[in-house]
Amino acid sequence: MNQMTSNETMAEPTSTIRLSVNGRDHVLEVPDRKLLSDVLRQDLSLTGTHVGCEHGVCGACTVQLDGDPIRSCLIFAASAQDHEVTTVEGIGDDPENPSDVQQAFIDSHGLQCGFCTPGFITTIDAFVDENPDPTEEEAREAISGNLCRCTGYQNIVKAVHRTAELRAACGKQHSETDEEASEANR
Amino acid sequence: MKPSPLRIHRPKTIEEILELLSVHGTSGKIIAGGQSLVPVLNMRLAAPRNLIDITSAAGLDELEVVGDEIRVGALVSHRRLERDPATTSANPILADALRHVAHPAIRNRGTTVGSIAHADPNGEMPMILALTGGWVEVRSVRGARSLTTESLNVGPLETCLEPDELITSAVFPALRPGQRAGFDELARRSGDYGLAGVGMILSTDDNGVDRAGAEATITGLKAGFVSVTDIPDIIELDEFVAGTPLSQVSTILDDVISAIKGFIDPGGDIHASADYRRHLTGVIAGRLLKRLSRQRDGGGSPAGGSEMRQEGAR
Ligand SMILES: Cc1cc2nc3c(=O)[nH]c(=O)nc-3n(C[C@H](O)[C@H](O)[C@H](O)COP(=O)(O)OP(=O)(O)OC[C@H]3O[C@@H](n4cnc5c(N)ncnc54)[C@H](O)[C@@H]3O)c2cc1C
Ligand code: FES
Ligand code: FES
Repeated sequence: MNQMTSNETMAEPTSTIRLSVNGRDHVLEVPDRKLLSDVLRQDLSLTGTHVGCEHGVCGACTVQLDGDPIRSCLIFAASAQDHEVTTVEGIGDDPENPSDVQQAFIDSHGLQCGFCTPGFITTIDAFVDENPDPTEEEAREAISGNLCRCTGYQNIVKAVHRTAELRAACGKQHSETDEEASEANR
Repeated sequence: MKPSPLRIHRPKTIEEILELLSVHGTSGKIIAGGQSLVPVLNMRLAAPRNLIDITSAAGLDELEVVGDEIRVGALVSHRRLERDPATTSANPILADALRHVAHPAIRNRGTTVGSIAHADPNGEMPMILALTGGWVEVRSVRGARSLTTESLNVGPLETCLEPDELITSAVFPALRPGQRAGFDELARRSGDYGLAGVGMILSTDDNGVDRAGAEATITGLKAGFVSVTDIPDIIELDEFVAGTPLSQVSTILDDVISAIKGFIDPGGDIHASADYRRHLTGVIAGRLLKRLSRQRDGGGSPAGGSEMRQEGAR
């Protein structure tokens, strides 16, 4: 066997990595070349993260890294160490008790087949934190990096505004309870 | 669509990066945000055996305006630069162009220095570095050097960097008093690479001194382009504009546009023919020049809304 072939059949480099996903720490042995999207789906069974294009265009694989939306198909799992990863399951994983963004999608009929939805949920969740009262144009701009082949987007734009409404209402409730609590403490 | 087998190294200091590059530079690649490199690996257009992931190294995340220089470390994301108030007040053209780089989710991870190293003629930031007269600072185990964009960019997707060299930062000069700058482009979909884009720096004699109501006069103009030149070539247009009062900009528009259309060298592809790109570049340049002439100081589109984007909307 010549040098070339022996190199080509060289063992797959793997590493032991520590990943923090949805608040839980995992220690995994994975090939260095494994993308975060594949580790989430295959090693951690978090199949809510969908994989469409694997070159950053469709947005289905969007997760949050330290709270900011990024493409999980464009980062190696090994490079996501030392960061906090949040997938759609980390935003809401209970059909009986959906998160505000998920409730907004139900209220606005924001999905049909659902393939694109996890990427929209992670994107909109972070966006509404940053911009609690978006204009229509800002809402459209916020989701412009995610493709949906079913809905025609109108209802997803509505879901952005509905999320903002639900989060504002919930924020108000929170601050009222805080006030009550601090009054009770007095 | 998966990368071929490779080893990822995660150095913690600049010195470790340089050591690794001196050993693996020829069989490997630096990976920063990965927003250009990982698609290339996923599609197996490249198969480096080693990746040197610089994202956990200390000392590469400086973002500072020092005097009249905006210093951008290798790990500063497009998004961080776009939102940095000190950068925008020193030179609004950076944020103006960054808003056209991909989508927010790509800008969260992609670095401006990585984009300059990638040297894509369709990329906004290599051109902005050239237009502003900026440079990159480069290190290897052999030493340090600074490179202007003319020496850095040798061809489309090609720089003069040696395999063992790391760009530690890019430096963008601030605007000088009396200058205004802006960027605009047209893309087929929001976040796509532009079909054509134009950046301009317009100089005037309005240097902040009280002029007792006298009108400012244009003293110079230069322009750079996205997607219609092979490397970030800058055209100096002073001869067409110098001496024209700002309010008379419409009298020089035709000359400026035809000089630009003669200067650029667009190619045609499935998205747009060469002629269409040339025409578009002229239209964008004309609108941008009018916008800058009307603007008070600095430049940069207010709230990121650009005329082209609205008019060109799907
Ligand atoms: C869907 C999509 C749309 C996009 N649209 C646009 C767009 O409209 N406009 C645009 O400009 N870009 C666009 N990009 C690319 C994006 O801007 C990238 O972030 C950027 O080009 C590269 O930065 P990075 O940090 O991700 O670099 P990487 O992908 O990590 O690296 C890119 C190249 O630069 C080298 N490199 C990186 N850092 C250094 C360094 N410090 N020193 C030496 N070499 C280095 C790497 O070895 C590699 O060859 C898009 C990307 C995607 C996925
Ligand atoms: S799968 Fe990651 S963006 Fe399409
Ligand atoms: S709901 Fe089917 S792709 Fe969006």
